[in-house]
Amino acid sequence: MNNTELIKKGLAKRYRREKRFRAYGLMAVMVGFIFLAILLADIIGKAIPAFTQHWIKLEVSFDPDTLGIDEKSDEATIRDANFNAAVKKSIRSLFPEVKKRKDKRKLAAMLSTSAEYQIRDQFLADPEILGQTKTVWVLADDDVDTYYKTADKSKAVRLSDKQIAWADKLLADGLVKKRLNTTLFKNGDSREPEQAGIRGAIKGSFYTLLVTFLLSFPLGVATAVYLEEFAPKNRWVDLIEVNINNLAAVPSIVFGLLGLAVFINYFGLPRSAPLVGGLVLTLMTLPTIIIASRSAIKAVPPSIKEAALGIGASKTQMVFQHVLPLAMPGIFTGTIIGLAQALGETAPLLMIGMVAFIVDIPQGFTDSATVLPVQIYLWADSPERAFVARTSAAILALLVFLVVMNTLAVWLRKKFERRW
Amino acid sequence: MNATTLLVIIIGLGLFSYIIGRQRSVKLAAAHGGQRKLHSLPKYYGYMVALWCGLPTLIFLSLWLAFEPTILKSMLVSQLPAEMSSLPDDEFSLVMNDLQLLADSGQIDAETDPVKKQAAQQLVDLKKSSSTFRTILIFVLALAGAAWGLGRITMQTRARVFVEHVVRYLLVLCSLVAILTTLGIVLSVLFESLRFFKSVPVTEFMFGTEWSPQTAIRADQVGSSGAFGAIPLFAGTMLISAIALTIAVPVGLMSAIYLSEYASRRFRAFAKPLLEILAGIPTVVYGFFAALTVAPFIRDLGESIGLSVASESALAAGVVMGIMIIPFVSSLSDDVISAVPQAMRDGAYGMGATQSETIRQVLIPAALPGIVGGILLAASRAIGETMIVVMAAGLAANLTANPLEAVTTVTVQIVTLLTGDQEFDSPKTLAAFALGLMLFVVTLVLNVIALHVVRKYREQYE
Repeated sequence: MNNTELIKKGLAKRYRREKRFRAYGLMAVMVGFIFLAILLADIIGKAIPAFTQHWIKLEVSFDPDTLGIDEKSDEATIRDANFNAAVKKSIRSLFPEVKKRKDKRKLAAMLSTSAEYQIRDQFLADPEILGQTKTVWVLADDDVDTYYKTADKSKAVRLSDKQIAWADKLLADGLVKKRLNTTLFKNGDSREPEQAGIRGAIKGSFYTLLVTFLLSFPLGVATAVYLEEFAPKNRWVDLIEVNINNLAAVPSIVFGLLGLAVFINYFGLPRSAPLVGGLVLTLMTLPTIIIASRSAIKAVPPSIKEAALGIGASKTQMVFQHVLPLAMPGIFTGTIIGLAQALGETAPLLMIGMVAFIVDIPQGFTDSATVLPVQIYLWADSPERAFVARTSAAILALLVFLVVMNTLAVWLRKKFERRW
Repeated sequence: MNATTLLVIIIGLGLFSYIIGRQRSVKLAAAHGGQRKLHSLPKYYGYMVALWCGLPTLIFLSLWLAFEPTILKSMLVSQLPAEMSSLPDDEFSLVMNDLQLLADSGQIDAETDPVKKQAAQQLVDLKKSSSTFRTILIFVLALAGAAWGLGRITMQTRARVFVEHVVRYLLVLCSLVAILTTLGIVLSVLFESLRFFKSVPVTEFMFGTEWSPQTAIRADQVGSSGAFGAIPLFAGTMLISAIALTIAVPVGLMSAIYLSEYASRRFRAFAKPLLEILAGIPTVVYGFFAALTVAPFIRDLGESIGLSVASESALAAGVVMGIMIIPFVSSLSDDVISAVPQAMRDGAYGMGATQSETIRQVLIPAALPGIVGGILLAASRAIGETMIVVMAAGLAANLTANPLEAVTTVTVQIVTLLTGDQEFDSPKTLAAFALGLMLFVVTLVLNVIALHVVRKYREQYE
């Protein structure tokens, strides 16, 4: 057998192997896609129940005796009035057969604890209704809500048999309505899933990112300009460059330790504040912005610089009036990508106390706040089943923000990027 | 006036002095034969005056803000009655905190203790006079600066040169932030770690095999031995990272090979960004996915074949972390594979090798250093990853190599030790900083090695 025959003999095997290798490669890519698809499908599937909420129709009598007020009561007295009793009375009137104390309590627990405040607000808006009976829709408790949403009724474990019977009766009587869940976007955090919302977290994220942007953008661009255009070649500048590259790879949680030790313990800045969160995220985002800005500045062709210098511009004028404006689209793209990373960051913010349970919606940079990813973390830890759906919905909201930011970055690059 | 208002006022004054300075130079030039006789453009005179007005004031304001609390405190201490200032240190700092809170709340009248009331009143007075003093000084400084700047405007003043010098220094200052950050990390972590190592010896921390960071509050408390042996944490971190890498390296590497060598241009243009989405998803989302979907799935799967799987198994966290770093491995490998010169591929094809033979026997060996560098970077990513393990891995420090059991990691322990309110100087909280130091050093070393390897490899083909 000569060489040619030997090679021909092995050829089929080699081709098979080639095909197999290629298939492995395609499989690897597909594995990535499948993971992505499962992840997204899982979260979207879990999030769907969170977008609706069940409301229960009550006939509430604004009886002066039950409430303990009369026409002359001022607003403070009305705020303290016993609306809870009115709510309880009206739900009991639907089920007159319930007599035992324990059962009565269970019956009242089918409504959200926010029901009395809902009624109070309605009363405050129109005090004329004192003594009348009005139809009011109030939020159902999260367990009841979950029960209505679960297709397989045997799995809704958190309701007792009696409660299930009541819930079924309410539904059969047409006293239950499913509405779009606007609470999720209007409220701050709450221990009760049906009252919990992401508004506070979104605002907290907004303030934190604003601080991050205001600090990291000027600092990052200035550093990039200095390193790219002015810096001499010496050991100090090398040190700065090595530092920036290493900072980009430091685990995010270490930045949290820095924030805790320096900003909170040393400088005494307030815990849980967007200000501190923004400072920590600034330090994390800086390397991204610097690296992106440097490559954008580097991409401006020397001919433009030379032309500027040639007609008498000083070096600073050349940089600030010609190079920077031309590099801006690239710099903005890098900044947005850096901010998108900062928006999704959780670990360092846990260290500086942004995990506190905060109901109020933050109004400024030093108010206690939490951010969207931390809210997700907090809800994911909650035992109530209804929080699973709300966590997924919050994740979807976070992903929407990220997609918008990244699309903006891509659009900016496509629209303004110039090829020289 | 508070600091924010002052800041706004300073900016306003700066703008105002810009306008004045500019006008002054224009007027001056008109008297001396036109603007072209002026050394710099009029706006530079404006900038110069604004800088003279704003810069010293801003420096002064930040210094004042930095040192005011300490100075006020020492002034207050010197005025305190003897019975208060002679308290032991920890009680004294408590009292000082109380006074601060009282003074800030503005409800001094509600305080019952007359001594405290008086001291808080003193603090309020001090703060008030300090604030007045600060406002006056700032105005004086700003106006004096502006006047000085205005006085310097002549036909020959080199305003542009001056402004450009200042700008240059500001740029240098900005670029020092990166060094300051690194320094801040090293110092804060190192300093607290040293305090920790005073109470727990380094050798016990590095080589101890028992981790239970509950320190006793009372001496006779049960189960609060406070053992700080970090070996179980290191082992847990390595186990989870190893699982992550066994998923991410083959998948990432193969997809990089497929995308750079086989895929059509169109498929690549669509597949690459899609894979990169995996890297853009926040880690807390992966944590949620791991804890609520993957972990129960693995547990049920294990039970159905008769294995007992912990509900917070290392496997779940590791698999999900692996998914997360797939795009990381693949984009780094893609870079190095594309960097192998075409001539080497052509040589192999010319000898009759098939494409897969070329890849396996020529490209991969040639790109190996780069790939190894990429894997090291991915490993440092996995070691430092926090949210996935916080949400999906356990808290109990088991020393085991069984991926079906629950293990804990360095990052999980840092988070659990530092969230919630504790006093800052117990060994329990300080231990977190020691762990942070280990984490920082290990990831830094991995990165330095990886970058060195990658750079060396790149130079080979340039």
